[in-house]
Parts: sequence; C-alpha cells; structure tokens
Amino acid sequence: MGAYFTLFIGAVLINNFVLTKFLGLCIFFGVSKNLNASIGMGFAVTSVITLSTILAWLLYNFILVPFGLTFLRTITFVVLIASFVQLLEIVIKKMSPTLYNMWGIYLMLIATNCIVLSVPVLSVTNNYNFIQNIVFAVGSGLGFALALILMASAREKLDYADVPEALKGTPVAFIVAGMLSLAFLGFSGML
Amino acid sequence: MDYTQIAIMAVVIMTGVGVVFGFVLALADKKFAMEENPLIGEVEEALPKGQCGACGFAGCAKYAEAVVLDPEVPPNLCVPGKAEVAAVVANLTGKVAEATEPKYAHIRCRGGVGIAKLAFNYKGVHDCAAAKLVQQGPKECKYGCLGFGNCVKACPFGAMSMGENGIPVVNKSLCTGCGKCASICPQHVIELIPISAKVTVSCSSKEMGAAARKACTAACIGCGLCMKNCTHKGGVKVVDHLAIVDPSICRICDDLTCVDKCPTNAIAALVARTKKEENVG
Repeated sequence: MGAYFTLFIGAVLINNFVLTKFLGLCIFFGVSKNLNASIGMGFAVTSVITLSTILAWLLYNFILVPFGLTFLRTITFVVLIASFVQLLEIVIKKMSPTLYNMWGIYLMLIATNCIVLSVPVLSVTNNYNFIQNIVFAVGSGLGFALALILMASAREKLDYADVPEALKGTPVAFIVAGMLSLAFLGFSGML
Repeated sequence: MDYTQIAIMAVVIMTGVGVVFGFVLALADKKFAMEENPLIGEVEEALPKGQCGACGFAGCAKYAEAVVLDPEVPPNLCVPGKAEVAAVVANLTGKVAEATEPKYAHIRCRGGVGIAKLAFNYKGVHDCAAAKLVQQGPKECKYGCLGFGNCVKACPFGAMSMGENGIPVVNKSLCTGCGKCASICPQHVIELIPISAKVTVSCSSKEMGAAARKACTAACIGCGLCMKNCTHKGGVKVVDHLAIVDPSICRICDDLTCVDKCPTNAIAALVARTKKEENVG
C-alpha cells in the first residue's frame, strides 16, 4: 500500500509532468487563461490519461510483448490514443450532452498531446504492474490538473497586475511558470 | 526470429491494430450517430451573429440549437435581432413570436470629471475592475461610474464611446440592448431601459442625502420630491435614498413633474420637453 502511495505522490508532485518533466506545455499555456476552462481541461486530461494508459498497458503486455515487438510501442500508442479519444468523443456526445459541452472541445486537443503519450510509454518502460499502472496514470493526470489550475489562478490575477509593457501576456506567463517549476523542485526532497 | 520475420510481424500487428480500431470507430460512429437537424443551420443563418449572449446561451449557434430542439425556448430571445429576426426564427421553428420592446443601455451616473469628487489619485491599470479593487474605486462616491471604459471595450456593436467627461456615452441607434456592458460593469451602473421610457434616474448612489451631495453634485440625494409630486401613483419611488422610476407606469405620463422638481437634475427626461430645458446626462 505504501509503495502505491509513494508512486502516487511521486507522480502528482515530485515528478509532476508539466513542472518537472516539461511535458504537455502547449495545453499548459493555451488553456490556463481562464480558471473554469483549466478545471475542465485538467479533469478531461486526467480521465483520458487514465483510460488510455490502461488500454495501452493491455495492448503492450498482451500483444506487443508476446510477439517481441516492444519497439513498436510509441507508434501503436499514438494510434491507440488517437482512436480512443475519437471513440470517447463519439460516445460522450451521444451519452451525455452536458459532459460533451463541458469537455468536448478539450478532447480533440488532448488527442495528440505529448503528456497523454508519455504516461503510457513511461509506465511500460518502468515495467509497472496493472495496479501500479493505474495509480501512476491517475497521479500524473491529477498532477497535470493541479499545475494547470495553479497556473490559471495565477494568470487570472496577472490580468490585473501592473506588468511592464514588454512582458504583458505570454512572457510573464513563462516567468510565472518558471517560478512554479522552481517551487515544485522543492518537492524532490520529500521522499 | 530473423529480421524479415520481425518486419512481417510488425506490419501484420500494426495493420491489425489499425483495422481493429478503424472498425471500432466506424461501428461507434454508426451506433452513436447524432442526427443533426438541418433547421439548426437555417436558424443560425438568420441570427445576427454578434455572439453577444443576450439570449442566455453561449452564442448564436447554441441558441439556434436550443430554439430548434427545445419547444420551451421562445423564438424572440435574440435581443440585437429585434422583431425581424424573431419573426424569421418563429417562422422557421413554427413557434409564435411575442412582441418584445427593444431596450437600450443607460448609464446611471453623471459623475464625470469635475462633478464627482475624487478620494485619491488612481494610477493603476486602466480597467474598471482593477480600479475597483483599490478601495472601491478612486471616486468619493462608491456607487458611480469609474470611467475606465470596460463597457466600451465589451460592446460587440460599437455602440459605446467614452465621453469627454469620463462617463461613457451610448449611441442609441447602434445599441441593441444585449446587456453585455451591464453585466461587465463592476459598479452595476448600466441598466437596460425600454425605448419608450420617458424619464430615467441617472444616479446609483445609495448614500444619504448630505453624503451623496458632498461626493457628487449630480447625485440623487433621496429627498423624495419626485415621489411626492408624482402625478401617477408609484411612478417614482425612493428606495435606499435613491429614486427609482418604473417605466411601465411612467410610460403614460406627460407631466414629468419629477424632472422639474428634482433639485439635482438626477432625474432627466428622455423625451423632448417644452417646459424646461432637457438635461440628459
């Protein structure tokens, strides 16, 4: 149990995908202008990462490993995630229009995102078992959501701050992201 | 396994994976197909596409979808489109359009530069919401227009401009009454009034008479003269030291005594008058 907890905390805080591994930065800057949008995006990413990592793990361990084709993992995962997100969009659109209105626009953005690809790849590279794999995926997703929500809250405040003309908009967002990243560096001594 | 075998295996597996996913997607697409009503597109075409959100939906496309699919949604919600669009939408959807009176935005404040006293000199970001964060704004009156023009920026129809005295001016012929400015104004000094309204109160101060007067010479001091002299019962009321007119009653009034009696001209006539010089803020 303790090992799973360590893995979870590690994925959320210490190895935070955005702020320590610098993955998924395009969403991180693109969707962090507004707090509500970032919450929607954060949880859409978490659910997509979790589900696609489970599928990728099954595909890897039951098809690629027995046939000795583990070198194909990146390309198969890309195909898997892209079609899975498509499928999810079609299903959500039919099943729950409310959820579709909340998440629909983000789902397509996620389809080709590096963070969604890197979680399954890292998971199989580290030889996680099925449970570890789920814990790692949920942790990574929540870590991403946390970083995104923190960033959006800071950027909403930045709109009203007296920022020098040259730094307005994205430049100051980069600086804030750097500071957040430095702050997350502090978690590295936790375990 | 030699390399050719691996290569063949790789191709087979990749093709297999691709075909399986392709089939699953195709199947899902058929099974979960959403039939889109062609009427939605037609209704959307008829809307003015200001994307102002006055209808209460997230945009023109969302309203078009709602008005076609939901029998409860009335066809006359598009404020900028006025009666013509309502008629077209009603025609397309087979619903009955009720006439709505067009409205326009009115600024309930006349406390421009030199009229409203300043409590301090604000040198921050040129933005109403930001200025309000600093002790409710730089003006002594904490209810009035801050004059940084958030409403001007928000107007999707270019109907607002900043007046010389630091109070925004509404161009009635361009204003569609969408209410974007009213919802963005942090001071809530913008109200939507029907086009037939004859008088209006141009002050939002709920301060007591003396304090209101001290902060701004154009303030409503809540003296109640308008209420006492109103020739149509209940047309003007004073609530929280502030006069409020009820356009549904004032509509039939031609005397407009409240305008004549108001000592600070906070109540102004919106129609041409012969008795007294018009004084619209």
